[in-house]
Amino acid sequence: MTAHPTSPGTSQVGGVPQLDTVELAATTADTEQPYAELGLRPEEYQEIREILGRRPTTAELAMYSVMWSEHCSYKSSRVHFRHFADLPASDALLVGIGENAGVVDVGDGYAVTFKVESHNHPSYVEPYQGAATGVGGIVRDILTMGARPVAVMDSLRFGAADAPDTARVLPGIVAGVGGYGNCLGLPNIGGELLFDDCYLGNPLVNALCVGVMRHGDIRLAKAEGLGNKVVLFGARTGGDGIGGVSVLASETFDAEGPAKRPAVQVGDPFTEKLLIEACLEIFAADLVTGIQDLGGAGLSCATSELASAGTGGMHVDLDTVPLRDSTLTAAEILMSESQERMCAIVEPAKVEEFLAVCRKWDVLATVIGEVTDGDRLTIDWHGERIVDVPPRTVAHGGPLYHRPMTRPADLDGLQADAPPSSSADLRADWLAVVSSPDGADKSWVTEQYDRYVRGNTVLAQPEDAGVLRIDEQTHRGIALSLDGNGRFARLDPYTGAQLNLAEAYRNVAVSGARPLAVTNCMNFGSPENPEVMWQFAEAVRGLADGCRALGLPVTGGNVSLYNQTGDTAINPTPVIGVLGVLDDVRRRVPTGWRADGETVLLLGETGAEFGGSAWASVVHRHLGGLPPALDLPAEQALAGLIGTLATDGTLSSAHDLADGGLAQAVTESALRHGTGARLRLTGDLTAALFAESVARAVVTTTRPDAVRAAAAAAGVPVTELGVTGGDALVVEDVLDLPLAELRAAWSATLPALFGSPEAAVGTVPAGTVPTS
Amino acid sequence: MRIGVITFPGSLDDVDAARAVRLAGGEAVALWHADDDLSGVDAVVLPGGFSYGDYLRAGAIAARAPLMRSVVDRAHAGLPVLGICNGFQVLCEAGLLPGALTRNGHLHFRNRDQALLVERADTAWTSAYTTGQRIVVPVKNGEGRYVAAPAELDRLEGEGRVVVRYADGNPNGSSRDIAGVTSADGRVVGLMPHPEHAVEDLTGPSVDGLGFFTSVLSSVVTA
Repeated sequence: MTAHPTSPGTSQVGGVPQLDTVELAATTADTEQPYAELGLRPEEYQEIREILGRRPTTAELAMYSVMWSEHCSYKSSRVHFRHFADLPASDALLVGIGENAGVVDVGDGYAVTFKVESHNHPSYVEPYQGAATGVGGIVRDILTMGARPVAVMDSLRFGAADAPDTARVLPGIVAGVGGYGNCLGLPNIGGELLFDDCYLGNPLVNALCVGVMRHGDIRLAKAEGLGNKVVLFGARTGGDGIGGVSVLASETFDAEGPAKRPAVQVGDPFTEKLLIEACLEIFAADLVTGIQDLGGAGLSCATSELASAGTGGMHVDLDTVPLRDSTLTAAEILMSESQERMCAIVEPAKVEEFLAVCRKWDVLATVIGEVTDGDRLTIDWHGERIVDVPPRTVAHGGPLYHRPMTRPADLDGLQADAPPSSSADLRADWLAVVSSPDGADKSWVTEQYDRYVRGNTVLAQPEDAGVLRIDEQTHRGIALSLDGNGRFARLDPYTGAQLNLAEAYRNVAVSGARPLAVTNCMNFGSPENPEVMWQFAEAVRGLADGCRALGLPVTGGNVSLYNQTGDTAINPTPVIGVLGVLDDVRRRVPTGWRADGETVLLLGETGAEFGGSAWASVVHRHLGGLPPALDLPAEQALAGLIGTLATDGTLSSAHDLADGGLAQAVTESALRHGTGARLRLTGDLTAALFAESVARAVVTTTRPDAVRAAAAAAGVPVTELGVTGGDALVVEDVLDLPLAELRAAWSATLPALFGSPEAAVGTVPAGTVPTS
Repeated sequence: MRIGVITFPGSLDDVDAARAVRLAGGEAVALWHADDDLSGVDAVVLPGGFSYGDYLRAGAIAARAPLMRSVVDRAHAGLPVLGICNGFQVLCEAGLLPGALTRNGHLHFRNRDQALLVERADTAWTSAYTTGQRIVVPVKNGEGRYVAAPAELDRLEGEGRVVVRYADGNPNGSSRDIAGVTSADGRVVGLMPHPEHAVEDLTGPSVDGLGFFTSVLSSVVTA
């Protein structure tokens, strides 16, 4: 193992290594401690000394350093969360912000828990393992709530598609997301794959997991009941991921700095699969009073959070922790982020039964401590007391910063720099947009993910939302979408966050679901940059205002800061997830056109809005102006309309209009099953094809009059575009795009960049769907 | 009709296989790898997944599970056994089927809707089909490339033991486009594609996979 600043679990006293105990710390106030190397500031270190009334031991310093990191303590971002706290209470929310994940009532006694988390920094350092353990971590969060994890999604962003570093990180990240999720038996039902120069050197890997349970099955992370046992179960503790949250996730990458590979965890999805099944059996037999997963900050986090959420204290005997590496120091054991571990609070009478379930699933389980009276978290090592702290000060007593904020100096200029608004060649631009890496067929990625396992996947990528059946008798289902347009947020973070919310909301609605709740993953640059901090605050305020307007609760979220290499921050990227419910999942609405002769209708209104659009980016390499105008009442009207039409079966398809506008949407609908259309467009054709005005969807139906009547009642404008059929997309008197040409352009991009599997084994073009 | 579905540590498609049995009209019986007893089932399905994390070789450790001794013994006496994906790998490792499944030629895990041609419509698991019938079911694997020595492949083809073959493109580089094979008596079938994921219009690309499960119900009745 590489030398690490925390390696001294012992301190040198007179040249003789000596265990750094609480007793020793009390008498050696002047011993120098490596707090700066652990990511703590001088004033934070001083505060720890004041809390303890002495210097911390090496082990205590390790615990505080990881728990007070930006990643765990949200010390820069927390002050802005009051916007979420101010949202009105929601009847649908069973568990809100603060637990491992929020829980939402979806009806019939079912509860759904979902959350998205970033694993950006580890995935840059070690793409496969970074991405894999990102999936593993979010799955454990969902499991911890008492739910069976039922699906995952991934939202990925990279630098320019043809950049050498993208070729380094993308294949590994995709393989890691797939490798872990596939081996867990969780279908991947959707996500995003986008490219922008700003993510070069700082790719974004956001993973979502969703779980389902009955209302009565909800579990919370708290240690209660004097004498109850603390059981650590799952994988052994190793030297991987030490300081992951503090050294890696909470600092900016420095091109000159040392390699950070030892701070990345290594995943074992097989062990996690066993852990899932063991936990669900343990929950079913009611064998735990509290449970917490071990993720960022490992045992430091689990013990301090469990203890501080409970009524008493906790004592842990660290010598009992099963190790992969017997040379680990106490501090390293406390900081290790080894994966596939959970910590449970178990009544003494139930310990034997708990251990028996673990044995059945070949899961290692060890009693490492117990709940005590008093209010201290104490940890012994080799018979000596090395930790004696008030657990709340570790888990929740971290510093709270009111960081300075400044509106970016370049923003006025950026917003004044309006994009071009007229296309010189509509046909060429159409092909350019749909064959750009952002617009192109994503099969190269999604074919590496299992979308079928568990047999409840009703819609998956490339549909607008992932849709799952959750009950085979009642056909109740849920829908999920993740969206995060960083260009819009760069131009206006307040509006951009709301536009992302609106898009995820719309995606869920066009699939036939009723939007119900929101989660988020906030990816930003360094909070020490006042301009980044302003972007963050604006985005949070925007998301909260958007949720208030739509009447949706925020169930939780995740913040990833320091996403920058050197001085250049990424575009502010608030990735928003929306959960919806379908009372009857058989009424879901797919995006693809299957039948000839159906009427194609555009719902909503189009303006010449090109700021931050895919067309401006792809064709003109332009980012400027203002993002499209937000219209949340129009989004609600559209969602309500499609909900009504879906319920009575009026729609054959519906596809949300977003990146790439109408051209992108009809390309995807046509290529899904190889059905073309003949369209008539009037007015400003550049806007008609490429503008990204909000609250729009293109639908097909055999009953256009019924759609018109319902739309009139809902106040949604309708424009008839044409009729499906044929083997081309034709805009009368303007252009003619044979589907074969369109498919070739759309599906060739990613294989050309990242290698074609067919080169090795066959000749089936990507994106084709065989028919029986 | 009782059809057992074995769960090994790391089995993933066991719930899917059980659902397919039920939709076909059978009773799905959950079997546990560590037991010895087949609970009197009339046929057995080894489902897909990553038993033991694919460690060592895919299927190698599961093939040595206690329950597999009973499966092998009963299969030699004519018990219908279906191995899907990881289950096919287990059957090859257990010696019930010839050949081996190796890492895909392109080295990626790959999930797609796959066209297949049914070449044998008279095994215990494919009697509901017609010879030459084209079906579409999902394929999803990382180690699904079927290999055997050329002479062995010649023998299998000569004996008509190729049950299904990939059509319209080979997803993983399998020798001679072989997607599934059978035992000499036609009672044991293994294939990489997943018929249990094509049993409902709502969730599958087709319902073409249901025939595997209806076939065994009629074969058990007539056996």
